Amino acid sequence: MSKIPSQRDESLGGFIVHGVPFPVDTDPEGLAYLKKLAPIQIEQEYKITYLHSYGQDSPWFAGLANKRLLASRDPESGYTYATPRGNDMASGRETEWIDITDRAAQVHAFTVCYFGSEEFLPETPYVLALIEFEDVNTLLLTRLMGVDPGEASLDWIGMHVRPRFLRNSKLKPTDVYFVPGG
Amino acid sequence: MRPVYAISGGVSKFAKSRPDKNFQGIVKEAYDYAIQDIDLDFPTFTRLVDGSVASYFSDHFSRQLMAGIMVQDYLGLVPKPSHRVEGGGATGGICFQEAWKSVASGAMDICVAYGFETMSHVETWKGNEFIALASDVSFDYPVGGFYSGYYAMMVTRHMKEFGTTVEQMAAVSVKNHRNAYHNPYAQKRNRYSLEDVRNAPMVAWPLTRLDICVMSDGAAAVIFASEEGLKKLEAGGAKITQPLVLVSGIGRGTDAMRMSDRPHVDYDFFMENYATQQEGSSDETRAYYKRLWDRGTRYPGVHSFRAGRTAGNMAYKMAGVSDPLKELDFVELHDAYTSSEIQTYEDLGLCRYGEGGPFASSGKAFMPGIDYGLTLAEEAECPVNPSGGLIACGHPVGATGLMQGVFAIWQLQGTIGRHFGDATLQVRNPRRGAIHSHAGTGTYVTVSILEKQD
Repeated sequence: MSKIPSQRDESLGGFIVHGVPFPVDTDPEGLAYLKKLAPIQIEQEYKITYLHSYGQDSPWFAGLANKRLLASRDPESGYTYATPRGNDMASGRETEWIDITDRAAQVHAFTVCYFGSEEFLPETPYVLALIEFEDVNTLLLTRLMGVDPGEASLDWIGMHVRPRFLRNSKLKPTDVYFVPGG
Repeated sequence: MRPVYAISGGVSKFAKSRPDKNFQGIVKEAYDYAIQDIDLDFPTFTRLVDGSVASYFSDHFSRQLMAGIMVQDYLGLVPKPSHRVEGGGATGGICFQEAWKSVASGAMDICVAYGFETMSHVETWKGNEFIALASDVSFDYPVGGFYSGYYAMMVTRHMKEFGTTVEQMAAVSVKNHRNAYHNPYAQKRNRYSLEDVRNAPMVAWPLTRLDICVMSDGAAAVIFASEEGLKKLEAGGAKITQPLVLVSGIGRGTDAMRMSDRPHVDYDFFMENYATQQEGSSDETRAYYKRLWDRGTRYPGVHSFRAGRTAGNMAYKMAGVSDPLKELDFVELHDAYTSSEIQTYEDLGLCRYGEGGPFASSGKAFMPGIDYGLTLAEEAECPVNPSGGLIACGHPVGATGLMQGVFAIWQLQGTIGRHFGDATLQVRNPRRGAIHSHAGTGTYVTVSILEKQD
């Protein structure tokens, strides 16, 4: 998979230039020359911190912090969501919380990411997987550990897995991840 | 609803980076081309057009809110009515349909749809991050989710359930890149082999860099008119290319943002709610699907796009299409990934669910008369992405769905040779074509049918 790079990594950064080429005289000839100039490009930084609320899904994250994997269930139909939802899509009813930490689980689909969003590039290669649980109607996106990213195989689909939890919660969905076994 | 004609269009040359102009200037290139193609000058068109719809996806890329009004004023369209639409990757397709609705409803006689994206202002992996923010930021993005990863997970499931192969996916890449070799508007005009595709750097297993579209700067515009609009334009001196192109059907579907939330419905529910007219009326196909479900297939799961199927069925019903493969002469579809082109063949009923892989490499979706360097078992039947699609043309998000509209108009007018300076990609005497625009993991999908008028 690894290849010898033939291109250097580049960033948007560059030298700060003091003084911009411009015609000495703004006579007709000088002004006409302006149409031939290359565009000026500058850096603009945009940085912001959000106070993000998990809202009605908050107990799910509290569950991870306490090493329990919760799911949402429609109290009447029993339709169960591995990725929590406050209300059922069919009935519109408020869902109830259930604990699926110990449910049988297997890999439904997966990939090995060699690239990613900028935030996650340092973590590549990493394995993303959608997990299906016994008697649960929807899936959960997670990281799969304990498999060799260099040996990706369709045989991983159907593999029995179990959840593991970070010892120190970061209150992120990555507080839980899955490993073969169970 | 009254008849609406898509009479003209323009596309800026899609490029990795266009620092020479700001987004307003890039849109103007496409807009001017569309006006010139009906032989009107700028002030006359400005006087006649009733309003516009603007299409662009992400405010993050331009770091400019309200960019739509900046285009509207740059084009001299103020104070006429306008609004911006946004629906991820389907933004352009939604814009196409909203402009159509403006005319079909009688609110306007002449409406222009314009769209753009300038994605080069950030580095590629920051761009990936922006696009990934169009997934659930509580549950999907923070896990390291990004779009190539999501599509790779879909295709591993498709491969597992249906036996789809990476070579079949690579055939899509070879086809679309080689088509684009003849399209001067395309960003990537390369002749690749199956080996080139497979040997390209892996992005998200099993998708390589050549299975995935690129980021682009670009713009596109389409002009729509009613019968009254045509008369007004002609009275103003316009020479509108004949035959006219009618938009005969539109459809749109949606699905849950998180693909983990998609249902897994049983055979009976699928046949009753999602089967195409053709699938429902075929004993053989019903038996085929029964076998798939008996083996464990559930719909749509993560391997199929219920929104795409819904949009297609809706548009086909409106346009009177019952057998898409036979009744469509070409399709421009949203091939952000080779795998999603295969998935979309199935959603659009060009083949049955599970048969997209063999269909991809069969030759049916290829252009006749082009040497792809592949051995194809079947004759071309319904060329898919004759332009080169997103994979080779590029994907400046807000422009993409409109670009498809422009290429479809030119195909049906029979003017590809004039606009491309090369008639290789002109589909022979097409009567009807479809364009398909797709967002997220299949969250918003539009299908529009265009037909040549006799």
